[in-house]
Amino acid sequence: MTTAIEVQGLTKQYAGSTVVRDVSFMVERGEIFGIIGPNGAGKTTTVECIEGLRKPDAGHIRVLGLNPARDRGELRERLGVQLQDAELPARLQVGEALRLYSSFYAAPADWRALMEMLGLTGKQKTHFGKLSGGQRQRLSIALALVGQPEVVVLDELTTGLDPQARRDTWTLIEGVRDRGTTVVLVTHFMAEAERLCDRIAVFDSGRIVALDTPAALAAGADASQRIMFRPDRPLDETELLALPEVRGVQRRGGQVTVTCAGAMLNAVTTLLARHGIVAGQLRVDQASLEDAFIALTGPHHDEKTTRAQEKSDVR
Amino acid sequence: MSADTATRPAAPRPRPPALRRLTLTELTLFLRERAGVIWGIGLPMALLIVFGNVPGFRKPVSPAVPQVSVLDSYVPVLLAFVLAMIALNVLPPVLAGYREKGVLRRLSATPVGAVRVLAAQLIVDAGMIAVTMIALLVVARFAFSVAFPRQPTEFALAVVLAGLALLSLGLLLASVLPTSRGANAAGAILFFPMMFFAGLWLPVAAMPAALRHVSQATPLGAAVQAMTDAWQGHWHPLHLLILAGYALAFAVAAARLFRWE
Repeated sequence: MTTAIEVQGLTKQYAGSTVVRDVSFMVERGEIFGIIGPNGAGKTTTVECIEGLRKPDAGHIRVLGLNPARDRGELRERLGVQLQDAELPARLQVGEALRLYSSFYAAPADWRALMEMLGLTGKQKTHFGKLSGGQRQRLSIALALVGQPEVVVLDELTTGLDPQARRDTWTLIEGVRDRGTTVVLVTHFMAEAERLCDRIAVFDSGRIVALDTPAALAAGADASQRIMFRPDRPLDETELLALPEVRGVQRRGGQVTVTCAGAMLNAVTTLLARHGIVAGQLRVDQASLEDAFIALTGPHHDEKTTRAQEKSDVR
Repeated sequence: MSADTATRPAAPRPRPPALRRLTLTELTLFLRERAGVIWGIGLPMALLIVFGNVPGFRKPVSPAVPQVSVLDSYVPVLLAFVLAMIALNVLPPVLAGYREKGVLRRLSATPVGAVRVLAAQLIVDAGMIAVTMIALLVVARFAFSVAFPRQPTEFALAVVLAGLALLSLGLLLASVLPTSRGANAAGAILFFPMMFFAGLWLPVAAMPAALRHVSQATPLGAAVQAMTDAWQGHWHPLHLLILAGYALAFAVAAARLFRWE
């Protein structure tokens, strides 16, 4: 069996409004599958249907060959979850929580080893309420893994973590995948999806608008390049615009930005060289996954909110 | 991975240790939280010891029944106090908080599910109530010569029905109030009038007739009356019926209204 999760035609409504409509995708065993999209795109609802926490209104879901709505008991034994905003009792100690959750599973992992792996050993006697955001997040990852799941669903894995903790968590998740666990990662943090995921489904308004590898998504959305430099002498913009595929030229202060439809760096530098112009601080911007994301989730979505959110997450 | 799959049991079931571990965890949290220990266990015990040492409490409660002292008539009120404190001021905020903070949702995603944490919480609350009541009875008997109930079976029945009624009311509060803070406030607001009708400030026997009738119709008033009857060897099924009615009504309402998230 190579398919870990199969979703076909998933539809879910709340109070008359459709939050997920006709969503289909497959997750292969052993891959890290990313689900990205703006807030309210239906990401969490989709994974909650996979986890068996919500019943789909229509569609067909199989996780490890099981129906989440019907085979909940067996599924919960084999599927680990990290939920958004799920806390523990404030006065429960880290070690107690891990020991408690390990008692829920037939073949649990060694919770002490897990605590060590997530760097929580020094916090074993610390109450949940006294943990930092990063420590809480690591504990919730540990709880998701304590049942030795075959598939683990992580919702907003690194939200609230500082950059170092975020990188450590990424390394950890790669280690989990390398041991054979299938990982489904819900995120709105592009760098995370780009770094970790084998494939990404981009959600928008309850639908999947694209599904591919991060590199293919970035390349497919927009092949344009931006070439920026500071010429040491004034240059004639019309000559630049005359080049094939050059779409525009902007000048701001001493800096010139050339927007091209394809890879035009060579043609631009040749032109400059012909005029004996030296291009200082030459820089080329390629489309990134983030550009692809903005392009895919479209003009109706306010990109400022997404970007502002990410900035606040980094802090 | 296929070998791993093959060694897994075909239909894994929640193991018995899970409920035991959950119950021990809830007990630890109850003791660590301290409010329940201080107000639900410490305070009634302290009141018993204080009242037991006040000479006025050794006098007959009324000339008609010279063998029943004021202290004797107060012990059932203290037992009701324990019940109300834990069922109304500990249980609702804990469970509403578990729902509010996603503790229940997180448990729903594990093989044991969230129902067992409810069970564990009820076991701990009922256990703490029982232990405290027994401790009060024993201290009252051996330190202050308050006799044990003359009809132990009826007394036990009254306590069990009162416990069911109050714990169901606590569950109902946890069901309808979305936050821990709200449940806490509602529990405290209910606690005082209910304890008034139980006779905490004014003995039921000293209440005007109209008030006494109201008292008997409230859960804690009926509980105190039923316990007092059993203590003194009387048998009034009315109070037990009232308690059973409350237990049923609150339990059905709680079961219908409870939300997991």
